[in-house]
Amino acid sequence: MSSNGAAASPNSSAEQIIRIRDLRKSYITGKVSVEALRGVNLEVPQGEFLSIVGPSGSGKSTLFHIVGGLTPPSSGEVIVAGRNVSAVGDAGRTELRRKSVSFVFQKFNLLPNLTARDNIRTARFISGLPSSHFDDELKSVLDLLGIAGRLDHKPSEMSGGEQQRVAIARALATRPAILLADEPTGNLDTKNSLAVLAILRDLNERLGQTILMITHNTEAAEYGHRIVHMRDGLIVETTNRSDF
Amino acid sequence: MILKLVWENVRHKPVRTLLSILLVAVPVTLILTIIGLSIGFFEDSQKRSGGVGADVLMKPPNANLITFSSVTMPSKIVEVLAAEPHVVQAMGTVVNPTSGFLEALNGIDPVAFDKMSGGFTFAEGHNLQGPDDILIDTWYADQHHLHAGQKVNISNKEWTIAGIVEPGKLGHLFVQIHTLQEMVGASNHVSQVFMKLDDPANAEKVVSYLKKKYEGYPVLSMQELQSLLSVDHIPVLKTFINVIIGLSVLIGFAVVSLSMYMAVLQRTREIGILKSLGASKGLVMGIILAEAFCIGFGGTVLGILLSYASRLAIQTFMPLAIVYSWWLIAGGIAMGAALLGALYPGMMAVRQDPIEALAYE
Repeated sequence: MSSNGAAASPNSSAEQIIRIRDLRKSYITGKVSVEALRGVNLEVPQGEFLSIVGPSGSGKSTLFHIVGGLTPPSSGEVIVAGRNVSAVGDAGRTELRRKSVSFVFQKFNLLPNLTARDNIRTARFISGLPSSHFDDELKSVLDLLGIAGRLDHKPSEMSGGEQQRVAIARALATRPAILLADEPTGNLDTKNSLAVLAILRDLNERLGQTILMITHNTEAAEYGHRIVHMRDGLIVETTNRSDF
Repeated sequence: MILKLVWENVRHKPVRTLLSILLVAVPVTLILTIIGLSIGFFEDSQKRSGGVGADVLMKPPNANLITFSSVTMPSKIVEVLAAEPHVVQAMGTVVNPTSGFLEALNGIDPVAFDKMSGGFTFAEGHNLQGPDDILIDTWYADQHHLHAGQKVNISNKEWTIAGIVEPGKLGHLFVQIHTLQEMVGASNHVSQVFMKLDDPANAEKVVSYLKKKYEGYPVLSMQELQSLLSVDHIPVLKTFINVIIGLSVLIGFAVVSLSMYMAVLQRTREIGILKSLGASKGLVMGIILAEAFCIGFGGTVLGILLSYASRLAIQTFMPLAIVYSWWLIAGGIAMGAALLGALYPGMMAVRQDPIEALAYE
């Protein structure tokens, strides 16, 4: 266990796919400046399943958004999959989302007008991958997720668990370097939550997929190799899971 | 894939999409109907003036060349003109507007008219015989559901329909010239004189000669008259058409802008999802513009179809032409307005913060 400073990786010899130095992020809300991140340092090696936990307002979502290129940092250095997020503009962050990171959200965020297949095809199209057919790798992911038979259904015709599996399939369909999961079990019942978490761990183990998951749920966090605890915009504790 | 996405977006809110298409179709129909009416009217006028069989026309001094003339030329001038070089026949007619829109009674000498024009083709009845006889063409007969032998009141006078003739010769209504001269209180006067020449090729020469000899009298060849029967030669009509086109652009712009603004608002979250997937600003803008294109295209097609419907409704009152070349222009105007109207909502979508968009409920 370590506290604050650079949260150490359990496998320091592996390539660091995320490297964060003194990351700060301030928002202006009305006339008040809110410091969401106050100097975060973090390294994540390739292939790690990292859980980030913390109460509301701890800064974990802001960290998630910066790593995912959804918002720029105020200061500090953020290297994600070889890209210096702090040095690129809007186009650079768009490129990061297109090529290197994928999201799985609490509310699934599937395009409601499209079938599961077309949701996946859209993500592949945007990433510049062939969208007309699915390759064997993607087919095996769909089998693993158990949604191969549900691809022609629209989100409104699927259960929450199925929608989240489609969201995971869509995220993996672009072969991202990092899968960012934001409370992926937040809208699911216990059974589906366990299934989704098992799938994430399975994907990590079988495919070596780097996963960064933020969650309120401490049981869900246990699925990660490492748990980073955040509070008041800082990493306050890091727990290495010894059973991995 | 983009087409699929756009198509599903357009299909997702069918009522809104159809309403937008309908509202874009309205100005398209308006443009095509106004243009169709203008060109239809002039084509009809050209056909009728050509159907007289004359080569040269003379009107009274100060008369407008392409509108109805007053009955101020002495009838004797017909005989004088008939004696001019190259003129083989001169025929005076009297024109008196009725209460109908752009409609007039044409006073003719049936014998002279038949000689110059080659005669009417009768659908019903016979030529003018009695002083109260009237000939009407099939267009007027269909419009008013009239048949030969019936009585009809036009310009406060009861006429007997002697015959119904095929359209395309001078006018739609024909009566004896003397009867009309008496009606308008202008005995021994005519509104205009048509001249048939020995050779139509001499028309310019004769026109030039008559202009010099009868100074102040407008003289022109029938070919020239037909070329004057166009929108371009009536500034008021041209302005009117331009105003209609301007309004159409405005309506199309406002409709599509409102529709796309609503679409962008309703799909804020979806735009956030696309951005989270790495969609560029260009792609998001492209999707919005493609949807506007669909609405503009749908509006154009529907507008063209509705212009046929308006033709069916109007052509009994006014000749309305289908002007194919204006399909492209009206379509271009609708599409341009649609794309222009989608630009602001598109910019809104492009500028949306992905985090706020994803949080949008």
